Amino acid sequence: MQSEMIKRAKELLASGEVARVVGWKAGEFDYDITPGVFTTAEELDSAFLYNDLCEANLSKYMIAQSRKEGKTLVFLKPCDTYSFSQLLKEHRILRENVYVIGVPCDGKVDVDTVKATGLTGICSMTSDGETVTVKTLYGDSTMSKADAMSERCINCKSKKHVVYDELLGEEGDVVADNHRFDMVEKIEAMTPDERFEFWRNELSRCIRCNACRNVCPACSCEKCVFDNEQSGAFNKGASDSFEENMFHIIRAFHVAGRCTDCGECSRVCPQNIPLHLLNRKFIKDINELYGEYQAGENADERAPLNTFTTEDVEPSIVYERGGKQ
Amino acid sequence: MQKIGVFVCHCGTNIAATVDVKAVAEALKGEPGVVFSTDYQYMCSEAGQNLIKNSIKEYGLTGVVVCSCSPRMHEQTFRKAAQSAGINPYMVEIANIREQCSWIHKDIWSATEKAIILGKAAVAKVQLNAPLTAGESPVVKRALVIGGGIAGIQTALDIAEAGFEVDIVEKQPTIGGKMTQIDKTFPTLDCAACILTPKMVDCAQNEKIKIYSYSEVADVKGFVGNFTVKIKKKARYVDEDKCTGCGICTEKCPVKNVPNEFNMGMDNRRAIYIPFAQAVPKVATIDANYCNMLKNGKCGVCSKFCTVGAIDYKQQDTIVEEKYGAIVVATGFNPIKLDDFDEFAYSQSKDVITSLEFERLTNAAGPTSGTLLRPSDGKHPHTIVFVQCVGSRDTSGCGKTYCSKICCMYTAKHAMLTREKYPDTDVYVFYIDVRTPGKNFDEFYRRAVEEYGVHYIKGMVGKVVPRSDGTLMVQASDLLSNEQLHINADLVVLAAAIEPDKSARSLATMLTASMDTNDFFTEAHPKLRPVESPTAGIFLSGVCQGPKDIPETVSQASAAAAKVIGLLAKDKLTCNPCVAQANELMCNGCSSCEKVCPYGAITYSDKEFRMPDRTTAIRRVASVNEAVCQGCGACTVACPSGAMDLKGFSNSQIMAEVDAICK
Repeated sequence: MQSEMIKRAKELLASGEVARVVGWKAGEFDYDITPGVFTTAEELDSAFLYNDLCEANLSKYMIAQSRKEGKTLVFLKPCDTYSFSQLLKEHRILRENVYVIGVPCDGKVDVDTVKATGLTGICSMTSDGETVTVKTLYGDSTMSKADAMSERCINCKSKKHVVYDELLGEEGDVVADNHRFDMVEKIEAMTPDERFEFWRNELSRCIRCNACRNVCPACSCEKCVFDNEQSGAFNKGASDSFEENMFHIIRAFHVAGRCTDCGECSRVCPQNIPLHLLNRKFIKDINELYGEYQAGENADERAPLNTFTTEDVEPSIVYERGGKQ
Repeated sequence: MQKIGVFVCHCGTNIAATVDVKAVAEALKGEPGVVFSTDYQYMCSEAGQNLIKNSIKEYGLTGVVVCSCSPRMHEQTFRKAAQSAGINPYMVEIANIREQCSWIHKDIWSATEKAIILGKAAVAKVQLNAPLTAGESPVVKRALVIGGGIAGIQTALDIAEAGFEVDIVEKQPTIGGKMTQIDKTFPTLDCAACILTPKMVDCAQNEKIKIYSYSEVADVKGFVGNFTVKIKKKARYVDEDKCTGCGICTEKCPVKNVPNEFNMGMDNRRAIYIPFAQAVPKVATIDANYCNMLKNGKCGVCSKFCTVGAIDYKQQDTIVEEKYGAIVVATGFNPIKLDDFDEFAYSQSKDVITSLEFERLTNAAGPTSGTLLRPSDGKHPHTIVFVQCVGSRDTSGCGKTYCSKICCMYTAKHAMLTREKYPDTDVYVFYIDVRTPGKNFDEFYRRAVEEYGVHYIKGMVGKVVPRSDGTLMVQASDLLSNEQLHINADLVVLAAAIEPDKSARSLATMLTASMDTNDFFTEAHPKLRPVESPTAGIFLSGVCQGPKDIPETVSQASAAAAKVIGLLAKDKLTCNPCVAQANELMCNGCSSCEKVCPYGAITYSDKEFRMPDRTTAIRRVASVNEAVCQGCGACTVACPSGAMDLKGFSNSQIMAEVDAICK
């Protein structure tokens, strides 16, 4: 797939159809693959990568890239296209300046998942699609790819691209029977005290590095309310550890109905806080209260939280559900 | 920093009995910016207002906090007072320590604590208040009346009389409403048609009035003074302009078995019909559910006989768009369905009828030409039982909890007229209470009992059982003599409760007008603004607001007209300056606000911006049409970046209030 992608990218660069290519390249560590911008065939040959370690969602970069001179080619995995489509819906990306090539994905290997198996001193990781070989300071180790994948890929919601100009490889389908709400259900079943304890425990580790906000495709504001001294929320999330917790809750509210559940927030969190669970709670509630809705799936569909209909649930629904959830 | 004055009102004992007002005034003295704080017995009185005005001048106040009743009550009063003392009226904030504090708490200590907190929040907010100036918007000098019953007709006639254009939208083929089906009207017993039909004709002939019959309101946009309404003219398959109402089509139509709704289904009409002789407009309508030509293309009889070529089988629903300054709701009522009242055997026996069916049986234009005959066998009934409160004042859940108000009087009328016309008839009326407040009403009821010998029995009918000999066994209890009664009746008449027309709910949604739990429209104030909806520019006429009889309906209709005339007489309306405002630097151009705006006040455009790195960029940003914005604030909540803000209720003001409360 990698060579096919490089070939197509070179062709499009050579014909002048696109001015640059957004893809993936090696990062500081071998397993730490990062997004990259390529403008020449040479750069593509020497640095462009596409393998089981290319986790990053490239859609958000297109907000800035689509405003540059000339067209930008971007490679999008199926789940990335949902974010891309949602950003189109919000008029954040100029569609006419982007050339989208959809690339297949059967799940990505995640270094945090590998570390969680107990391996330390990891030097590099490679995957042949079936088996992942991990080189550590203490010797080599292998595991099946399924064991090395992050939760978001195990519970993949879709292998289908919702927006593209061209596709490489085979197109997949929406995965209907994923279990992405299992953990949300577990948290819902907790008593309020247990739940509070759970989140205090998780969120107390937050160092406010803002990585979650910076990577989130839904967090694309020109200026975040937390950075805007006129917003009345300026510095609200920074004065003590409890308010820091509020930062995440407010962020979840701000992306409610727009979050496509791409899971980037949890991936980039250096403290391994399962932030995506906050967003999934909203997604689950929206599904239950307003009917099944997948943000980004359909750019023309009106979002339930932005639309008033006479069939909408009444506020009393909270009481009908016993005020528990 | 503002210089804030705090004024705590006792409201007599309304506030002072539960809130220690002096303690509130004292506590707020220490708040940042407060330079003066006092209490007074009635802040809204002239002396109270003077206290505010003088303090503004004496202490050079820039902001005022009044701790008093709801802003709905006296915000205007205090704003005007502040304005006359030389500060911007929007520098006044109200802390509601009456409705939201003293009235709902019993304990003085906690009520006082809460009043102080509410006061602190208002002080924190007024710190961030900015002077606002109200703009103006023009008034479209045309009114819309929805519903063409007696309420709508009276409102339209009065508005037209004042010289303004007015349109009536009526969903039936004719205006007139329920009153056309009524025979006589209490308490004077004049014939309903005789007093109604001249008004219907007046409507048709008045050049200021336009009637959209067989039409419905499909969509409402805009705001007071400037509504845009889409009216759906349903296809009647007859060209209204050509039809002369000669009626030949209704005689020749071969489909004869259509239940005639005008006579409550007690006789039949044709598939093409004119509801009744005095219909306005007198134009035929084809009932598409029954017409053979429309159903399967085989017939065309009416078209052949029509001498003016008015029949048009290809007619489609059309949408007309009109602009109005004011809208009057006059959607009226219907008797409730009696499916849940099996004990009265309404669905089992033809001789158990509703009061409205009884009206038709006694009306000269009715199915029996006005002779009271049993629907089952056409015989004269000798014993008639009237049952009151069928579904009214009903707490069992089957009916309505409210009193339908008109039934006591029309039942007395029915009983009296029956005894007068057929003195050999025994008439019983079962009641919970007889309610006859109204001019000449009680005298009317007493005449029925005393002069006409109607048997009024306090008690409810438990069961009506049809018997094999065709009579009806009525089981009832007489609560005064504490007896069980068994009456063999020939006819049972049920005074069914009335409910708002089903179309009212969807209409309320379109108009953003509020309703109560029974789907009656809510008035802006139950005593002081009874014909206005809380939504500006929407007025209420007739039973859509609550049960009422014809005299009351007509008075309310004229009252609504007076309010409309008052509005249309103005050339410009002062806008609410508390409107949304987009901060373009912060705006993402995501359209969330545009999608939630119920008034269509937000538009987007591409604008060139100079960026911090000295480049220019074109960005899509929102802007608010201040004349259209109603300040509901939906956009400020939807905006993810906080670029949308409401003047007078800014995000930072609300956060300041919350902070003050949580401190």
